[in-house]
Parts: sequence; structure tokens; C-alpha cells
Amino acid sequence: MDKVSKNKSEYLINRHDNQYEVVIGLEVHAQVTSQSKLFSTSATKFGAEPNTQVSLVDAAFPGMLPVINEYCVKQAIKTGIGLKAKINKRSVFDRKNYFYADLPQGYQISQFKDPIVGEGKVILDMPDGQKEVGIERLHLEQDAGKSIHDLDPKNTFVDLNRSGVALMEIVSKPDLRSPDEVNAYIKKLRSIMRYLGTCDGNMQEGSLRADVNVSVRKKGSKEFGTRCEIKNVNSIKFMQMAIEYEANRQVDLIEDGQTIDQETRLFDTKKNETRSMRSKEDAHDYRYFPDPDLLPLEVSDDFIENLKSEIPELPDEKKKRFIEKFKLSPYDANILVSDIETSNYFENVIKKSDVKLATNWIIGELFAALNEKNLEITESPISAGNLSKLINLIKDGTISGKIAKTVFEQMMEGDKDPQKIVEEKDLKQESDPKALEALIDKVIDDNRDKATEYKSGKVKLFGFFVGQVMKVSGGKANPQLVNEILKKKL
Amino acid sequence: MSEITKQSLSELVENIKSKKLSSSEVTKAFVERSEKSKELNAYITEDYTNALNKAKKFDEKPNLDHKLPGIPMAVKDLFCTKDLRTTAGSKILNNFVPTYESTVTQNIWNEGAILMGKLNCDEFAMGSSNETSFFGNVQNPIDKNLVPGGSSGGSSSAVAAQLTPITIGTDTGGSIRQPASFTGTVGLKPTYGSCSRYGIVAFASSLDQAGPMAQNVKDCALLQEVISTYDEKDSTSIDFKRNEYSKELTKDIKGKKIGIPKEYRVDGMPKEIEDLWKKGIEYAKDCGAEIIDISLPHTNYALPTYYIVAPAEASSNLARYDGVKYGFRAEGENLIDMYEKTRSEGFGAEVQRRIMIGTYVLSSGYYDAYYLKAQKVRKLIKNDFDDAYKKVDAILTPSTPSSAFKIGEKTNDPVSMYLNDIFTVPVNLAGLPGISIPAGHDAKGYPLGLQIIGKAFDEQNILNIAYAMEEKINFKNNITDWWIK
Repeated sequence: MDKVSKNKSEYLINRHDNQYEVVIGLEVHAQVTSQSKLFSTSATKFGAEPNTQVSLVDAAFPGMLPVINEYCVKQAIKTGIGLKAKINKRSVFDRKNYFYADLPQGYQISQFKDPIVGEGKVILDMPDGQKEVGIERLHLEQDAGKSIHDLDPKNTFVDLNRSGVALMEIVSKPDLRSPDEVNAYIKKLRSIMRYLGTCDGNMQEGSLRADVNVSVRKKGSKEFGTRCEIKNVNSIKFMQMAIEYEANRQVDLIEDGQTIDQETRLFDTKKNETRSMRSKEDAHDYRYFPDPDLLPLEVSDDFIENLKSEIPELPDEKKKRFIEKFKLSPYDANILVSDIETSNYFENVIKKSDVKLATNWIIGELFAALNEKNLEITESPISAGNLSKLINLIKDGTISGKIAKTVFEQMMEGDKDPQKIVEEKDLKQESDPKALEALIDKVIDDNRDKATEYKSGKVKLFGFFVGQVMKVSGGKANPQLVNEILKKKL
Repeated sequence: MSEITKQSLSELVENIKSKKLSSSEVTKAFVERSEKSKELNAYITEDYTNALNKAKKFDEKPNLDHKLPGIPMAVKDLFCTKDLRTTAGSKILNNFVPTYESTVTQNIWNEGAILMGKLNCDEFAMGSSNETSFFGNVQNPIDKNLVPGGSSGGSSSAVAAQLTPITIGTDTGGSIRQPASFTGTVGLKPTYGSCSRYGIVAFASSLDQAGPMAQNVKDCALLQEVISTYDEKDSTSIDFKRNEYSKELTKDIKGKKIGIPKEYRVDGMPKEIEDLWKKGIEYAKDCGAEIIDISLPHTNYALPTYYIVAPAEASSNLARYDGVKYGFRAEGENLIDMYEKTRSEGFGAEVQRRIMIGTYVLSSGYYDAYYLKAQKVRKLIKNDFDDAYKKVDAILTPSTPSSAFKIGEKTNDPVSMYLNDIFTVPVNLAGLPGISIPAGHDAKGYPLGLQIIGKAFDEQNILNIAYAMEEKINFKNNITDWWIK
């Protein structure tokens, strides 16, 4: 199971003399950011008391009828635009029929034959270059409620707060070839939707989850292998683990001369394995048919054009701009645009300060510090304004880079103005040549023997003198000036 | 002034408005007659005490500007009524009390009417004789051995027997017009989208439509005017200009072109139906209408199409009755067992039959051959009507292929039962308005009805034609009050 060759981003499974390629397609379920549900006016807030956000429609009372939420339609179309996809001016809601205790209607309203969004694409930045992943379709559907099996030994409890919440199901083409690509794909999709404000992408709260289709084939083969679908995986890490397990399982079967059954599987996160849930023969017959309670959904060109005008600059375009306008490296630009909050922070910092320093400070110090405290950029103790001030203090020579780190650490304790910290703690850089000369003279005087050695050719000792000067100055001496004066004096 | 319960709705409204009668007097009269008429089994749930109290309240502060001031009314038990049990004629909803009101009934109460109770019907409106009701069959006031038609059998029986001055039913394939025809009353199925479906227990969503059932055309027009409103809560409700049907009602139909579709001369049609139709044509001519022969070529396919589309939608619509959230629940070993027991004990045989048919025609592998094909045929049927309406203003047909049959006569022969809807079903498939008016009697003295089918949203026109013909026909119902001891 460990024989995986990682040649650039090529992910292959080796068995005996055979090399297998893994083919992955994802069906991502993204919860639409919306105040109310897809077909009712109930609230959608996460974490509310069970069954407090349930209307008669959500609970499927007799005679209740769905009415489409226009905002959710707009959100789906915006997402389609973000995925560079074809927007279908006419789409149809279908009923997907099955019985379950947390599905009050006995059917889920979804879109089957005529989805609201057609083919599109997502560009991934992989270490060895860009990769395009095709989007097959995006459709709108209702979420089900939640069955809770562990509150009572005999009974199952049902919470319908989620029942009827709008989901976008985004189906990729089978274009992904490795767990790393899946990671990049989910992150990119999440990033685009967060830029658009159409899905918060919060995987802990279940706002983003995926069904993962996995098949394997011998390297170079054009035919697809038989695929298995791993249902409802709710973190990128689990998706990657599930794919690794499942691909190896399939390779083992083939190597063993067996065939792969097309089936639906579950990923057991504790045992790190996938298990058969139901075979193709047992697959549900969902008896899809157009929902007679809803008319086909028709949107005009104007409606779509208006939404296009509301689309913000998306990560790909932003990245391009950062590279062209600010001369950032593609690597740095990628990091800064990956999340809308990060790019907003960055753009706020550089409004009044040096781009290069800002880039380094954000990607370096700030990310490390936030990581250590397990904070998101939106929770950063240091505001963009204050980071900008700190950078300006470095840039104009008021403090050294080293001192700046000390100031930064103090800023992390609470959003303090760096200027004030410098004043209060007297951290201002010593750049007066006369004062520095006096300091340097004293250091040379105290270390006559080493000065002699230096003059006799032990040039390495120069560093020692710089260190001594910095130490004596309490780190405040301007390192550049120290260098210059030392060279003259020695 | 004649006996209160013998008065038409229009007379009662007039008498209450002119303060010749109080709402309490009227309500009391209908409540008393209803109480003496239990043998008909027209009611599933009575709400007499509340009705009398509401009437008293009305009289204390009467608002006489309303269209139905203080008028008592019982309604089909398919309409959800706030705080009053709503069963849809099914065991599975035996204990169900809605916390909400259907739009159609709300419109009625908003115009001052008072709810007297809920009327019997076929289970989930699936039936043509009211014999599939969990609450027992209903007797036709014409003759105790006759069915009152269905599914709005309690409604037709109650109006014919004058237990309620007027009522509302629902019509998915003929459930207003056929029972009206069987009881010598008037029933209108409005254009699909005219009356909101919000709060009506669904049978087949693309066909269901609420409508008035009355003793005469004028009453029918008045109630249609009240119940037909655009409703945002029903996505299939249509926002069109609605007439004040009763005010604009006219007997002047001179020059109206009325089509006679040759395909409705079905094989084995009883002679008395044929004769009734001929008589109807003469009445229409007498009223000044022009008769034109037309063709609706796909008529033959309407019934099979209906019996695919309606069960398909029903199989899905009825999935919500699973014992989990409300209504009847049978205990089970586990979830699946609970579902199976709840649904086999909670639904009657006819409902189960239609759920099975519907599930079958939607199954993968059969969907294209049945459901999809049926939808295509449905379009052809609609096109037939569109073509016909290029030449005519309305279409005249018999309402049913026979008069009322005997209780038990067809219960073991579903196909023969389904054939009852042969003239009414195409109208639902095409989403058009249709009205049945009593037009004569068969040899046994049972009433027979004629159906006038209109263009979409042209209720006024068919009401006018019905109004004009009603006068010429001068139908008298033979009700002997045999059930009142």
C-alpha cells in the first residue's frame, strides 16, 4: 500500500510491474449562503435549537407548497458565473423520491435533467503548473433534515432545521488525478464561492461536503475503470485518505484478478477504510419527475447580466493583477489571493505601505503567528492599519527589522499602535553616526586583542564586532551604519 | 318566504342583507337539517356549536358588505381548516388538526361565511363514488341506493339535500362535475391556476383544482368570484384579471359558437345520454348559440393518460404520510417496518392501488414508456382544445357516460369505475374550465348533467352559457327527503 510514486504531481500506484492512474470526480454539496431556505421562509442559521427553524412547508404538512427563493437562484447563477459556466435560462425542478425519517416530503426537490448551470471550469495552481478541471454542472436542491441516533437507546430523533436549506451540487468532470489535486480543487472552489459570498465553505458546519467518485486504470489507458462512489465526506483530509485507501483497494482487486463492483461506499474515519454501503443492484430508484408544484425556472438575459455586474474580482484575476501591478511572485500571489479575507487584508495593508515588505510580513510573521494561535486572518489581533504602520517604521529606518519583530510580538498581544510601542519602550533605532562611533570605539577598545587578530587577516571576526555593537546598543543600533563605521574603524 | 333551507345562496344573501333573516336563523336551519340527515353520511366532522356561536357573533355586529354575510357552509374535507380536523377521507389523517387555513376557505371566511363542518369524500379524492372514504360511503339524496358520485360525494349530497346552501369541492379528473351530474346540482371546475391549491390536501398537483358546487349557476358564479384569487403561496397560481362573475353574469349568449366534439360519441354510450346531448344542443340553439361540429382527435387517449399522470403525482404527493410527523402511526420493529405498517393500515385499497400504479410508471426503465409518453399525449390533448377554440367559444358534452350507479355496483371493477371520468378528464389534462349543469333525467328518474368546457380563464363565458341554458332546461330535482325520519 505504500508504493506510490510521486513524480512531480503525477500520482501513480505501483503494483508488481504495473502502474495505475487514479481517476477522481467530485460531487460537491455547497450550502447556499442565504437568510432563508430554498422553498420556504424559515431561517437557516447554524446551531439553532433543534426544530426551531422549521416551517409547515419544511415539515411537509398536507397542502403545503414550495415557493422558490429568488435569492438562492441568484446565488447559484453567480456561482455559475464564477465557474465560467454556461447559465441555463430555463431549468426544471424535479422530485427525487425516497423514504427517510429526516426527509419530510418523501422526496427531495432537486434538478435532474435540466440544471440551472451547465459546463464550466476551475483552474488549479499545482506545483508543476496550472491544471484545468472541468465542471459538468451545478444544480440547486434541498438539504434533508438530520437524524440523531445516539440520544436515546430505542428512538431516533429528527431535527428539521436543515430540512429545505438550499444546496448547490457542483459536479466535476472526472479530471482529477491525485489527492493533492482534490485538495487544490476543493480549496479553489471554496475560495471562488467565498469571494462571491455564495457559500461560506465552512466544512466543520457541513456547509461544504462531497461525494467522491474513484476509479483506477493502468497508466496510458484511455478507458475508465469501474468507479465507486464514496458518500458524504466532510473534510479535505478525509477525502484524501478515502481516495488513497479506495484507489489501493481497487488496484489490489485488479491485481488479484477480480473485478470492481460499481457501488456506493462509506468512509470510516476511525478505521481509515471505505466500506460497501449498497451495490448497484440495490441502488435506489429515485423515480425522478418534474415537480408539478413548481413551474420551470426561467431567467432572462437581463437577469443574468445584472448578476454579472455584481461579480467581484475573483482569485484568478486578482492573482494576475497582483503579479502585474505589484510584481509579486506567482507563489506569493497565490497565497495572498487564496482567501478573500487574506487578500482584503493584504490590500488594506499596502494602501499606505511598501508592497514587498507587506508581502513578506504577512506571509511570514503574520501567518506564523496566527497559525500558532490557531486564528483566522479575520481574527488577527493586528489590524491591517497597524501592520501598515509597523512596515512604515521599518521602511523609514525608525526601527530595525529585528526590533520590528519585538514590536510585532507585542502587537500580537493586542492591537497596539506600533509607533506607541516604539516610543514607550524606547526602541527607536540609533542612526546618529556620532553616537554610533562612540559606541564602536568603546567596543573596539574593550576587545583590542580581537581587533588585532582582525587586522592580521581574521576577517571572520567582523561579525563578532557587529554583534557586540548591537548588544551594547540593546539592538537599537542601525545595522547598516554600524557596518559602515566598523569597516572604517577597524 | 319559503323554508330557509330551500332557498338558494343568492336568496339567503339577499334576505340576510335586507335583515329579513339573521345569520343565526339561517345557520340554525341548516344545522338542524344536517342533524336530521345523518343517514346520508355527508359529514365527516361537524362543527355545529362553533357555527352557531359564529352566527350569533355575526348578528351582533353584522357586516353586510360582504359577499357571503353570515352564510353557513360545509366544505369538502380536503381543505385544511385551522383548528378543525381535516382527514381527506383517510384513516392516515384521522387525527389531523391543521394549524393553518387553505387559501380558498380563507377567502370564503373573509367574505363573512361560517364553517359548519367537513364533508365526506373519497380517500385523498381518489374515487368516483365516495366509496373509498375511510368514513363510509355517502348516500345520494335522489335515492338511498345510489352513490352521490365522487370524489366530492359528501359535497354533492349535502348541496342536493340542502344541508348546506352551497359548498366547495375539488376536481382532479371530474370530482366536482361528475358528482354534480349525479345529484342534479351545478359544479364548476375552474381553469388550472384560478384557485389557489395552498392548504388543499394534494392528490395530483398538476390537475387538482378547487371549485364551487351549488344549486344553480348564479350561486356558483358568486362563490367562484369569492374563491378565485391569485396566491403567491401557490407557484402555479396565475395572476390574471378575474371577473366579478356573478355581477357580470348574463343570459345573452346570442351568436356564441358552441362546439360539439364527435369523439365524445363513445362506443356503447347509452341512448339516454345521446338524447340528453341532442336536447342540450337544441337548448343551446334556443338561446341563440351557433352549433359547430368539431374534432378533438386525441380524446380516446385522455383516460389512459390521466391514469398515468394522476397516480404518478399521487404516489409522490402521498409519500409524506409516513407516520413520522403527524397523522396515524402504526408501531413497528424499525423505521421500514413502521412505514410499511403505517401505510398499509392507514391507506385504503384504492389509494394503495394508485400509489402502486404511480410508483410503477415512474420507475426507471418504465418512465419513458409511461410517464413521459403520457406527458406528450397530454400536450396533444391540450393542442386539440387550442385548435378547437380557434373555431368555437365553448364546447358542449355530456358530463358523464351514465347516471348515478348503485352503491357497490362498481367497487370491484376499477376500470369501469374509471370510465366514469371519460368526459371530464380531458378538461383537467388541458387545464381548462368546465361546468356541469343538470339537464334532464334518465328513465329511472335520475339526474343527468351536461358539461360546458371553456377556454382557459374564460369562466365567465361558460357560466353565461350555463346560466342561459339553465333557464331553458328548467330542471327540477326530485328530492323527497326520504332520509329524514
